Amino acid sequence: MCGAPKQGGGLAGVDLTTQTVIQGSVWHDGSPVAGAYVRLLDATDEFTAEVVTSPEGEFRFFAAPGQWTLRSLSPIGRAERTLAADVGLNETTLAIA
Amino acid sequence: MSRNDVLVTADWAQENLGRPGLVFVEVDEDTAAYDGGHLEGAIKLDWKKDLQDPLRRDFVDKAAFEALLSAKGISNDDTVVLYGGNNNWFAAYAYWYFKLYGHQDVKLVDGGRKKWELDGRPLSKDVVERPATTYQASEPDLSIRAFRDEVVASIGSKNLIDVRSPDEFSGKILAPAHLPQEMAQKGGHVPTAMNIPWSKAANEDGTFKTDEQLAALYDEQGYDENKATIAYCRIGERSSHTWFVLRELLGKSDVKNYDGSWVEYGSLVGVPIEK
Repeated sequence: MCGAPKQGGGLAGVDLTTQTVIQGSVWHDGSPVAGAYVRLLDATDEFTAEVVTSPEGEFRFFAAPGQWTLRSLSPIGRAERTLAADVGLNETTLAIA
Repeated sequence: MSRNDVLVTADWAQENLGRPGLVFVEVDEDTAAYDGGHLEGAIKLDWKKDLQDPLRRDFVDKAAFEALLSAKGISNDDTVVLYGGNNNWFAAYAYWYFKLYGHQDVKLVDGGRKKWELDGRPLSKDVVERPATTYQASEPDLSIRAFRDEVVASIGSKNLIDVRSPDEFSGKILAPAHLPQEMAQKGGHVPTAMNIPWSKAANEDGTFKTDEQLAALYDEQGYDENKATIAYCRIGERSSHTWFVLRELLGKSDVKNYDGSWVEYGSLVGVPIEK
């Protein structure tokens, strides 16, 4: 229940009229980064959730409308992005420089 | 009890893999993590399949816990060294659970699986089998486990610590944001609860903050040393993390984990809720 579900895959079964989905992938040097830790921080920069990216570098969160920050940690480096999410699908990319 | 008795570093763990008398145990919900590579010689426990009653919402009973540990090859006098994903949430839950059934020597690997991976330390895919034992558990120690009636009775009198994220505390979301937000329970928190998220006790790599930082954190948030304490979250695993900090690292007395947590409390008819 609280363990990180498998990341990636389709959105079948997810009600995008009620859920605020924030999803995307982590990239570095033209390739997706598997096994990166991606955390979702709220508008006050407090931890809300964390997942590990899929073999294709994907992550997905179920949040609420508002401002969020995504931060990825991995042995090859960090990336961060702030976004405003609305109900429905919010897609983004984290690029590790 | 102090930090050195209950917490080991990743370096220590790596140096002591395979040492007789130590059993490394990975605890995750996502057992695929273990199967994809684990600490050399570590066995796995599935927090749900192995540690939850298959029918009712409760722990496995004493006899089932004895059967589980016997089959896993854990002896009463082994030192159990726990680690896991999710910033050690489920490893901390298992730590609390082992203590509930009276296991003497239990430790957590600081930072768990995340720090291990971020450090690039070796993982093994070898199948691990240990010879069966005859494990004997104690009767459950209910001095560390709170039930719903005690929580309701503690409103306004004990330290109630809601360790969920601020957005769960306020009722904006109902679960950690890696899970779909469709739940039966109402949003909000137990009246008079302080919101001290578990994450404030941890660094980004999943390790615990220093004892000085932790002591200052609870002081600043209004923790009253003269009161008993109950920690809760959504299903009791993040509050195990905070229970570990308060009782095992900071040595505070009379600290309980309410594992029914918000999934139970937020579904109760007639109890007070604040938003």
